[in-house]
Amino acid sequence: MNSKSISDATLVSQYIKGDEPSLSILIKRHQQRLYSFIYSKVYDRDVTEDVFQDTFIKVIRTLKRGNYNEEGKFLPWVMRIAHNLVIDHFRKNNRMPKFNNSGDFDIFSVLSDGALNAEGELVKSQIARDVRAMVEELPEEQKSVLVMRIYNDMSFKEISESTGVSINTALGRMRYALINLRKLIEKHNIVLTN
Amino acid sequence: MAKLYTEKPSNSNTFKPKTETIKFLLNYSKALNVSVYKGLKFESLNN
Repeated sequence: MNSKSISDATLVSQYIKGDEPSLSILIKRHQQRLYSFIYSKVYDRDVTEDVFQDTFIKVIRTLKRGNYNEEGKFLPWVMRIAHNLVIDHFRKNNRMPKFNNSGDFDIFSVLSDGALNAEGELVKSQIARDVRAMVEELPEEQKSVLVMRIYNDMSFKEISESTGVSINTALGRMRYALINLRKLIEKHNIVLTN
Repeated sequence: MAKLYTEKPSNSNTFKPKTETIKFLLNYSKALNVSVYKGLKFESLNN
């Protein structure tokens, strides 16, 4: 029979029964799509190769252990595994920043403690001051909700109890406070980034 | 007259895993053996 005419589901069940060539057909059938999918997320050939390999190792183990539930969705299932592995890859990289040897070695790019330097601290305090000044410009009702929520870290339930308005009203005031703050930022042309 | 580029650039080889990767996967599949003992599943690589 022509391998193209055999469905994924049939190939999977044949493979589970011990027919190894079925796996080869499945990989060849979907390799390009899966590879492109992974590459479109990680933009690195070697990482793509690794994730592709890990994806199929997981597929093989799941099928051999008999844990696969055939619902006619082989490719989406494989894609989902690849997607999760891509996320794992990014998470791992965030935890362990890779040393990028680009010629000029800067040890502080690896050993940074995350604290701001003197300039950063100065900019941060200026930003806090600017924001505070703009909050003062808000209408009293909106200002009190925003201060309670952001500066006093109160829940909307607590805010509604202390101001005597419903939670929805408090939410609405918060929303308008943020909208107005954005307008003020635009009006004063303030840059709020460090 | 404007040129017509009707032929698509061939990139069929660019988005494919290496042959070694495929080979590794097929060999891994052949080597992997799952045995069940008292309801527990054990994996072994017969390589």
